[in-house]
Amino acid sequence: MKMFRRYKTLAVITILVLMVSLGLAGCGGKQEAQAPKEQAPLKGDPIKVAIIGPMTFIHGEHMWKSATMAMEEINAAGGVKVGNQSRPVEIVKVDTNEMTNIPDAATAVERVANSVDFFLGGFRTEAVLGMQDVIMDYKKVFISTGVGHPNLTKKVKDNYDRYKYYFRTNPMNSNDMARASFLILAEVASVVKTDLGIEKPKVAIMAESAVWTDPIVAASQQQIPAMGMEVAGVWRPSAVATDVTAELSAIRASGAHIILTFMSGPVGGVFARQYEELKIPAAATGINVDAQGGKFWQVTGGKGNYVSTLNLLGRAALSPKAIPFYDKFVARYGEIPVYTAATYDALYMLVEAIERAGSIDADAVVKELEKTDYAAIGGRLVFTENHDVTWGPKHVTGLGTQWSEGKLNVFWPNGWEGIKHEGTARFVLPPWMIEHWKK
Amino acid sequence: MWEQILVNGLISGGKYALLAMGFALIYGVARIMNLSHTAYYMLAAYLIYYLNQSLAVPLPLAYLLAILVVLVIGVTTYHYLVAPVREQFTAVLIVTLVMAIVVQEIIFIFFGGHFRSLPPLIPGTTTLAGIKITYQHLLTLATVLVTLTGIWLLLFKTRLGIAIRAMAMDREVANLMGMPESRIALVTVAISVGLAAISGAMVAPLLILDPLMWMHPLVVVMAAVILGGLGSIKGSILGAFILAFAEIMLVFTLPKLAYLRGSVSMAVMLAVLLIRPEGLFGIFMEGER
Repeated sequence: MKMFRRYKTLAVITILVLMVSLGLAGCGGKQEAQAPKEQAPLKGDPIKVAIIGPMTFIHGEHMWKSATMAMEEINAAGGVKVGNQSRPVEIVKVDTNEMTNIPDAATAVERVANSVDFFLGGFRTEAVLGMQDVIMDYKKVFISTGVGHPNLTKKVKDNYDRYKYYFRTNPMNSNDMARASFLILAEVASVVKTDLGIEKPKVAIMAESAVWTDPIVAASQQQIPAMGMEVAGVWRPSAVATDVTAELSAIRASGAHIILTFMSGPVGGVFARQYEELKIPAAATGINVDAQGGKFWQVTGGKGNYVSTLNLLGRAALSPKAIPFYDKFVARYGEIPVYTAATYDALYMLVEAIERAGSIDADAVVKELEKTDYAAIGGRLVFTENHDVTWGPKHVTGLGTQWSEGKLNVFWPNGWEGIKHEGTARFVLPPWMIEHWKK
Repeated sequence: MWEQILVNGLISGGKYALLAMGFALIYGVARIMNLSHTAYYMLAAYLIYYLNQSLAVPLPLAYLLAILVVLVIGVTTYHYLVAPVREQFTAVLIVTLVMAIVVQEIIFIFFGGHFRSLPPLIPGTTTLAGIKITYQHLLTLATVLVTLTGIWLLLFKTRLGIAIRAMAMDREVANLMGMPESRIALVTVAISVGLAAISGAMVAPLLILDPLMWMHPLVVVMAAVILGGLGSIKGSILGAFILAFAEIMLVFTLPKLAYLRGSVSMAVMLAVLLIRPEGLFGIFMEGER
């Protein structure tokens, strides 16, 4: 009997612990609403906007922080004029848990679909593909602000009636990211050629294993030889790898002069730290989301020097709003905004479309969103016919940014198509690289 | 290339061996398949981070405190959660897995999903066989060697070691000979958790800390232990090095498939279970006797 009681107690404890941990594991949709503070009284029901993202990770956190800033500003300025009412915006935090368990994301949006009016956010392609379909089932507007796969917007073209509610404001799609990355690569290669006298630099491609990198890797393998360089090899670590010393050792052995990275997961921080620790004699560029800002310098323990990345935000006058937003974000949160902080723009664009439509009806808002021509913090934003970001001169271009002693300097565009922002500095090669190749 | 594989394989293998040894020890002695083993490794790493970065405790002291705290937590949880269900193999699996998930979620709550890093105990790099290597990597390798020697001395040169080995060989007979089985199991748990904590402390400055960092090593450790033979300490060490070399060879010879390095362990584990379930040095499912 005593034994039975003991097992019963243990069984109860185990079940409780399991329930607690499953609950904590975010089986989808931890929600939290944030109503505006200290604002003028506004009339009408709040317009509820779900901010969906991996909220315990920097990418989701910056979606939420930037949306909070936009919401406070919009409400302080009188809210959203819908017909003859001024309605407040209320943002609702939805943790999609997509970094740790992708299927949780679709469940998370399903759970709030009936209680919110609009959706902003989404980070991992694999998760957004699922969330997109759930939201389209509910015929609600979904503006994604963290995912770049072209198939998401291709669906708008292929099946407009179903997918017309989907828009992407940020980042540009991965094809355009690849284009921008190649321009940045060309800039870095020119420095390698000039400073080290290497005529045909060798480029190692290091791309995390993820859906969004597949087309970029294929394009890179074609483009690099066309740019007068040689592909030294392709390395595809896991997006969540915690150690890439073997990959970096292999890259060193390949004799690469440049490492072209495509990373959005934690492997980006691991790469940056071990790259400097092991003094890999190659210039690191490409896309490294971890290196775009946030807690990068702390994550690498100050070991991310000379790592560069395509960035979508930076302290550059990409539009009149860019530098004020950047400075305000840094002052308020003590962190450099990562690209998902452009959720700030998405909320403003949505509000403008609602005001033009005079309604929160999804079809009416879609029609107005399609007419968007907005000076976003990342540059001028106009949608393509697929509801994608128009990339190129006079539109969103992206920036090349490089870390130097805790500061993120802009090095591209450096005269490309006549574009050069104030404060743009020349790309800097690591001293250990110069020492290695000048021996 | 081969010298690169050799050096990287040794370092990676040392890391896995330290973890696998503790895992094998507790299975060999107490027949506990401890799925929370690598959660202790993660906990030690995060505690060092917290003590050093948030409370400004000097790094060597933070290492010591973290290992001690993890040791206490490990022994306490064993006493209250694992020991009562020790005879039920499935219950042990469930309880230890739940413990690991709870540790993970506690870390998510306190630290979020943000990635963290620790400064190395000894900063800087050196060149070995023409390969650049950090002092922290060398320190990890040295720690593995010292720990292995210490464990060997403990097992073969002390009365406690004889008791542990006797228990690992035949628990029932050892018990009949008057050995305090539950006390020896508790001591073995302490050693096992201590090894996981030391491993976490040594490896943490080499990696980026994240709340899921316990998962991949757990798979590798299980595979190493199964490859070496369940319960065999020397088998687990050898298994750890074999797996590490297999992973490193994959990265060097098939770089486009580098992301599959985590799957190498799974594949080896499956193959061993199908072809030679007793592993290199073990007795097939001795614990089921």
